[in-house]
Amino acid sequence: MDWEGIFGNLSPASFFNFSFMGEYGTYILQAVGYTLLLAVCSVLLAVIPALLLAIMRLSKNKLVKGISGAYIAIFRSTPLLVQLSIIYFGLFGAVRIPNSWQLFGFIPMSRFIPGVVALALNSSAYVAEIFRGGILAVDIGQTEAARSLGLSSWASMQLVVLPQAIKNVLPALANEIVTMVKESSICSTLGMAELMFAAKTVAGATYITLAPYTVAALIYFCINYPASKAIEAIERRMRRGDKQ
Amino acid sequence: MATSNELIRVVDVKKEYNNGKVKALNGCNLTIHQGEVVAIIGASGSGKSTLLRCLNMLETPTSGHIYFDGVDLADKSVDLNLHRRKMGMVFQHFNLFPHKTVMQNITLAPVHLKLKTKAEAQAKGKELLDRIGLADKANEYPNMLSGGQKQRIAIVRALAMEPEVMLFDEPTSALDPEMVNEVLDLMRDLARNGMTMVVVTHEMGFAREVASRVIFMDGGQILEENEPNELFDHPNNPRLKDFLSKVL
Repeated sequence: MDWEGIFGNLSPASFFNFSFMGEYGTYILQAVGYTLLLAVCSVLLAVIPALLLAIMRLSKNKLVKGISGAYIAIFRSTPLLVQLSIIYFGLFGAVRIPNSWQLFGFIPMSRFIPGVVALALNSSAYVAEIFRGGILAVDIGQTEAARSLGLSSWASMQLVVLPQAIKNVLPALANEIVTMVKESSICSTLGMAELMFAAKTVAGATYITLAPYTVAALIYFCINYPASKAIEAIERRMRRGDKQ
Repeated sequence: MATSNELIRVVDVKKEYNNGKVKALNGCNLTIHQGEVVAIIGASGSGKSTLLRCLNMLETPTSGHIYFDGVDLADKSVDLNLHRRKMGMVFQHFNLFPHKTVMQNITLAPVHLKLKTKAEAQAKGKELLDRIGLADKANEYPNMLSGGQKQRIAIVRALAMEPEVMLFDEPTSALDPEMVNEVLDLMRDLARNGMTMVVVTHEMGFAREVASRVIFMDGGQILEENEPNELFDHPNNPRLKDFLSKVL
């Protein structure tokens, strides 16, 4: 078959030309670390504000409810790339982080922190909706039983509703981490040396246009697929002793 | 009965939904004295559960007053949490906390509200579980229990707060027939020991046998109240007659 005639120099082999791995393997591995740190830090940072936003969203106070609603609407209705750019150039244009601060010797804080902050702010809007759904999925009878025993609305939320809601939302939360591992690739546009950035760099340096992205795709898959499966298994185990 | 024994007084309570389009309660008046067992009967939708849920303000009345120990619970400045401690409630669907063991279900509120130390609450919990013969279930989760066991534990959970009155919202309606009696037996036992009880029920036999007074509701109003034999044998209100002819 005359592959060159039809697809130029694109051939099935070009997907799997991994000759660059020897030279760039360590660099790509570091980039995987960068990606994981971005995703995990941003979702962990998002959990507390998201919980707050969810509880605010369920409040009877219209102002409190409105603030939370507006936040969620803004972050869900604008592209992450736009949010990232505004936070990177706007917020962290004003608050300068010294270039010399490094995490593990290869992650400059001046880029990492704006990235994590942007991803966390974005993620908290989505996680807030996940929590809200989880809280609403807990039978209202649980709150009524707690209130009838004299517990305050906050104590009922904290001792009775939230522990059950968090179990309800574990799968969705796992999905959010998986989403963030993928979405964090957008940070490559602002020079954060995570996995997508590494793939681009290798492609540029070696003139192997396709295979670095194949490697990136394989790595993303190998992180995300087992991760979501593992959390599903944990959730199944936690569900024991749970049904009424 | 002397007025000093008055525990709950309901004055002209109305409850409306959808801006008055639905009237669940249409001006209810009721006084409950210490030691009384009051059964509330009526068809579904008659407002009996709504009235019961107004007593501890799980439903907020649109207007009217609920006096408990002389305090108007419908007054917005009242700390409901303090008063709810003294009113145990038992629900149709048990509402045990599924993520807590039986013992934790029982001790959660007394310990959190600092009414008892953990050790005291557990001792009380054990005593109550012994009384209902379920001491061996203390460390089980609710999903391991039968419906009758769940409901008895729910009753015990309310009793652990040492309430002045127990409110029952159709406590046997969600149970398999063979489990109804174990719950009713426990309720009989409570009544015999002088607990003040308000019971919304479809169990006419239980109402007749245990209640000191029976209340018939229809259309959000109390249409008749009397001591049970009188109410069941010589009903006056035509709608009560009609209701009894269907359920007895």
